[in-house]
Parts: sequence; C-alpha cells; structure tokens
Amino acid sequence: MPVFYSSILDEHQTVRSAAGVFDISHMGEVTISGPDAEAFLNRVLTNNIAKLAPGQGQYTLMLNENGGVIDDLIAYRTGPETYFLVINASMIAEDVAWLESETEGDVVLENKSDDYAALAVQGPASVTLLETFLGGNLPPKNGIADFVVRETTIKVARTGYTGEDGAELFLPATDGPRIWRELLDFGTAYGLKPAGLGARDTLRLEMCFPLNGSDLGPEITPLEAGLSFFVDLNKGDFIGRDVLARQKAGGVARKLAPFRMTSKSPPPRSHYPVFAGGTAAGETCSGGLSPSLGAGIGMAYLPPAVAVPGTQIEIDIRGKKFPAIVEKKPLYKKPKP
Amino acid sequence: MNVPEDLKYAESHEWLRVENGYGVVGITDHAQAELTDIVYVEVPKIGTVVEAKQTIAVVESVKAASDIYSPVAGEVVEVNTTLEADPALVNNDPFGAGWIFKLKLVDGETYDGLLDAAGYAAKIG
Repeated sequence: MPVFYSSILDEHQTVRSAAGVFDISHMGEVTISGPDAEAFLNRVLTNNIAKLAPGQGQYTLMLNENGGVIDDLIAYRTGPETYFLVINASMIAEDVAWLESETEGDVVLENKSDDYAALAVQGPASVTLLETFLGGNLPPKNGIADFVVRETTIKVARTGYTGEDGAELFLPATDGPRIWRELLDFGTAYGLKPAGLGARDTLRLEMCFPLNGSDLGPEITPLEAGLSFFVDLNKGDFIGRDVLARQKAGGVARKLAPFRMTSKSPPPRSHYPVFAGGTAAGETCSGGLSPSLGAGIGMAYLPPAVAVPGTQIEIDIRGKKFPAIVEKKPLYKKPKP
Repeated sequence: MNVPEDLKYAESHEWLRVENGYGVVGITDHAQAELTDIVYVEVPKIGTVVEAKQTIAVVESVKAASDIYSPVAGEVVEVNTTLEADPALVNNDPFGAGWIFKLKLVDGETYDGLLDAAGYAAKIG
C-alpha cells in the first residue's frame, strides 16, 4: 500500500464523507481448527473466544508471559471448530512462531498469509456500495460471512480501523488485483477512492485505535493501553493473566492518554517529550495532524494523575514546548445527523 | 513540472529570486509535490544571519518535517506571515504566494553553488 494515491488529507476526508478502499494485503491470516481450538485460543488470547458463535469476531490481544503485548488482532469464529485470525503484517512470523510453540491438544494451525489478498472499504457509503457489489446484506458489526462473486469466494468481515462503517474483504491472492480494479470501477459512482497508509494512520489516530509497535509493544500491558474491555480476567487462565490481575488490583503506573494541541503548532509526532506542570511526564507514542479536527493530536503514556481528561500538558516539538490538553477517547466524534 | 526560467535553484530544491540586492526564497514545485499536504511552516526570525546551505526553516507535511536550507548567505529581512494561516499556499503557489522568506544579499555574491532553470530541470528529470 503506498503512503498516498492523491493526497493524505484528501483520502482521509473521502473516507469520512464517502468511501475509501485500502489495500491491506500485507496483513496476516491464520486459520486454527480442531476440537481443542477454542481452549487453545482462550489460553493465548485475552478476550473470551467462547462468547463467539460461528460468523462472529472480536478484537483481542496476544500477550507474552509478562502481560506485554505481542500483537493485537481480530479473531473470527468461522465454524463450530474453526477460527480465522487477522494479524499485523509486521508480526506474522513472530505471531505464528509463538502460536505454534503454544499449541496443545487437537489443534491444526495454518499460516495462510501468502494465500490471501485483503481490501478494506470504509466510509458512510461503503455498506450500500458493498452490498450492491456483493449482491447481499453485509454481516452485522464484527461478523464475518462468505460471499461468492463470479466464482471468487470472498470472506467479508464487518470490521475496520477507521471509525467508519464498512468491511474488510479477504480473498484469494490471485484475485486481489482484479477485485481491486472492479471495486474501484464500480465504486466511482459512490465517490470511492483508493486510500493509502498515510490516511490509514490519520484515521485510526483520530479514533485512538492503537498501533502495535507505536502504542503497544512487549513491555506494555493492555490495561496500561486502556484496553481492559478486551481482556476477560474471569474466563479462566491465559498467558499474561497473573500480571494483569495484579495490575488491576494495584493500579497501573502509566496510562495511554489521547491529547490535542491547543494552539497552532507543528504536528506532534512520536517520541516527543511530554511535560505536565513543568516536569517531564513521558513521551508521545503516536502523533500527527488530525484532518477532521484541524489540529495536532496524539497519544502518550503518562502517569495516571496526569492522564486525566482536561489536564493541560506541553509537547516538546523539536526543542520548543507547545500547549496541549488530555482528552477522552476517541479524539474524533462523528457529528450527529 | 513547473521550473520558471528567471529563478536560481539549489540542489536541495529551494528557489531564489534576486531583486535589487534582495533574494526571495521558497521551495520548488517538485519539492511541494513530493511533500504533498503542507500543514505547517516554521519561518525564520527576522534578523537571522545565514550562510549558504545552512538550515533556516522547516516545512511540515502530514507525514514528515523537512529542513529548508538557505540557497545563499544573507540576513532575513522579511518572512511570509500568511503561511501561518494558510500553509497550503506552498503547495498551491510555490513560486508566488507560497514564498517563505526574503534575504538581504551579501555584496559580491556569485551564486556559484546554484543551478539555472535548465540545470534544475535536468536534475529533477
């Protein structure tokens, strides 16, 4: 996926107002099946996979023994004993090695990342566009279903990384280029444009969706990242559970805080120092310009007392401090009709 | 790609318009096309004295910050304050309304290190 096709700002606005299509073929796909698949996945992932009926998916995290994040991913149950995991491109080798080392019981794991192309269609026009293109109703939020389009089977998941409605399509790699072109041709009438990595980052940052490698990593727990909603401490044991249970009881030492620049400034970026009350408080982990807000935004791990919405902070941008304010997530809220 | 004849060009993609002992500086059409959406311009302070090739300003696109180097030696006498409200002028009119700063030039400047329009056009292909 290129950084942009026309311009990051234009592609961002197009996704928020009409629809954009992202080539996400670099992402990884792993299938897990067998009578012990559910127990295995519940042991290596934080969310409770037993809650899923076939055709349903959930956002979840894979932790190391210290409760740190190896990867964040979406897990779908595709059948009574079959699962489809979509993982970050940069983590495919590591995730697969970890999962393989942890398999127990009657479980078959297959890395299908090279077999799949993937496209994400996101934006207010995307559902009508896709339902017409695919010839059927999309599954409900977080659901997944197979569609056959002129002999190509496409897995369609009602998920995304932009905060807009839409879907992610997983299809045979050999059909990727053809479906991309067909979708773009078909979608012009709906205002569909191709969108690249740059817009993908500005869109997810406005929603405060974490990016593994920037906001998440092996030294960061989901509780510090504000993702406790996706951690089920009551489902039974899972890798990293002990550390999280202790953190829940004792409190976290740092929290992921979204912030917005409050005066004209260069865009904040990652690894800029953050100050609160004149004292060093942490470092930004993500940052950039929010096209929708017209201001710089970002996220930083800060002490819990500082990470309170409304707290004034300062971001050191290349040697000069600029004022910002801690906000609640998401930084961008869809305007009510 | 637009490469006006009457300007001089630095290898680092800044242009210089010489007017009666003063030089107006901006970035080229090629540079703004590579950077795309410019969202912030950090202009130099008036009175700053620079050498040729010294970092003097910063242009920020959505993706990254880029240093701007002074094409020649001189003293900053004026900066384009409209860029604060409208940084996109650098994209939309890089040789006109998107100018960044004006220098008082040094006597005897020979512009040795700079390219003419043909030379710059050849460089950017």
